[in-house]
Amino acid sequence: MAGKAATRQLKTDGVTATSPVDGKRLDAAAIRRDFPVLDQTVHGKPLVYLDNAATSQKPASVIDTLVRYYESYNSNVHRGIHTLSVEATERYEEARLKIAAFIGAGSGQEIVFTKNSTEAINLVAHAWARKFLKRGDEIIVTETEHHSNIVPWQQAALHTGATFRYLPLRDHAAQFDLEGLRSLITDRTKLVAITHMSNVLGTITPVDDVARIAHDAGALLLVDGSQAVPHMPVDVTALDVDFFAFTGHKMLGPTGIGVLYGRADLLDKMDPFLTGGDMISTVTMERSTWNALPYKFEAGTPNIAQAIGLGAAVDYLETLGMESVRAHERELTQYAIEQLNAVDDLTLYGPDDASIKGGVLSFNIGDIHPHDLGQVLDSEGIAIRAGHHCAQPLMAALGVGSTARASLYIYNVEEEIDSLVTAIHKARKFFDGDA
Amino acid sequence: MLDDLYREIVLDHYKSPKNRGTIENPDIRATGMNPLCGDELELTVLLDGDTIREIKFDGHGCSISQASASMLTQEVKAKRLKEAEDLVNLVRGMFKGEVEVDVDELGDLEALQGIRQFPVRIKCATLAWNALQVGIDGHRNGEADTGSTTEETVFTEQNV
Repeated sequence: MAGKAATRQLKTDGVTATSPVDGKRLDAAAIRRDFPVLDQTVHGKPLVYLDNAATSQKPASVIDTLVRYYESYNSNVHRGIHTLSVEATERYEEARLKIAAFIGAGSGQEIVFTKNSTEAINLVAHAWARKFLKRGDEIIVTETEHHSNIVPWQQAALHTGATFRYLPLRDHAAQFDLEGLRSLITDRTKLVAITHMSNVLGTITPVDDVARIAHDAGALLLVDGSQAVPHMPVDVTALDVDFFAFTGHKMLGPTGIGVLYGRADLLDKMDPFLTGGDMISTVTMERSTWNALPYKFEAGTPNIAQAIGLGAAVDYLETLGMESVRAHERELTQYAIEQLNAVDDLTLYGPDDASIKGGVLSFNIGDIHPHDLGQVLDSEGIAIRAGHHCAQPLMAALGVGSTARASLYIYNVEEEIDSLVTAIHKARKFFDGDA
Repeated sequence: MLDDLYREIVLDHYKSPKNRGTIENPDIRATGMNPLCGDELELTVLLDGDTIREIKFDGHGCSISQASASMLTQEVKAKRLKEAEDLVNLVRGMFKGEVEVDVDELGDLEALQGIRQFPVRIKCATLAWNALQVGIDGHRNGEADTGSTTEETVFTEQNV
């Protein structure tokens, strides 16, 4: 047991004084029963699902919400006068408000539905960056970013003549390099774009500190919250971020639904990203005018069932309580760190301290290629990810081609970490012969 | 099931690869990359007329890609380019399960037949073979260094 880590006072992730014995401790065994997919065997072994950073599983309440939509009130939103359309619209907008409250946004106007985080970031890279950046301006990202928070900015820089700069990995990202950011940022920096939690290392960014540094330099801050919103309390107002992107499918929701939070005054000044139906106010053959926020950024029929399904996912997480979610994962992560570090020849990347690390455990073992390891684990019913995790610059900085990655969530338990470690030993025996 | 993929002979080639290294001043140099796994493999070939006199591979990748490359160098050495190409086609077809092959023709390569049950791993096995084909094509077009071939990133659902 690693209860110590869970009771520690924390500033970094916004959780303070969470005790695992305060009555809000997660009951992972009970939670598991809410997830139909977990009740199965793979290759004759009970499924151990440790690929949550790629996508989470879905509780029955979310699946039922999708079914109910299609069975009971399937209709287009914002258009019809008929009963079904009114209900679909109400539920769709209700989901938006739930999500706004969940992340501490001021209003539903600041919540734009997209298909995923990538689209949310691209929206800003097009509608904001291409309009407001010019030659000599700077965009800063970090070397640990997912490709979705690198490539859109490289492209925006190419189109505007702005300079794309990055904060190099330091100490293998044992912690976020605030000092490095302070010396990199200049008064020409117009945007800092960072991840809230690394999808490879699990390193948690002290976003409030980064926001201060960015704003002091006169820059805006965009945060990729894909790995943070599912796993810890997030309050975009308290963190003082300008743009915040995340995706539904990593937080118990369906695929095809993501969110861009943007400060209303910024969204107002931006031009539309995609144009067409629903995002207009008036259209003549000469010109068009735009709908109010957030509809200006939601062209065409949206992913209605998915948005409502994401609302159901938020309900589920709120019932658990995000502080309890974080406490459970912090405890489990610390346990996993200790168990993995005890394996000979295993290199674990990122912080060794779960108070600044989410439940993302990337590692390599000796010379065993992550795909070979993943194959052996799969034969034991254990699902992990192996590869570069859409973070090739980070892989290069770590000096590896790829890593194995186990990632945790609310339904994972210590026994599954034990199964992982046992299977790792089996893989070593398999590939190293008589090891 | 795992043993169908990792046959002993495959693991032998992985642990003790044949013809690992780089040939100085080669007649053919080709690099295969698999962006999905970050694997990279370089083949260098020395020709005697249109016969492969020497062939080596270098780079990093999983056991399947390394063993397949090792077997490739073993099988195509002393073959004429046309014969090597015929083998490339045969082996690629075998990996994909598109052609039935005579096991006796294959030598050690027979051990990689099980790959067809693991669709996501086929690209690991084909990496070296695709690189050789690109290298031979480039040689015919009169370039010594043929640059690189990038494997398609193929996602195929695996049967469980």
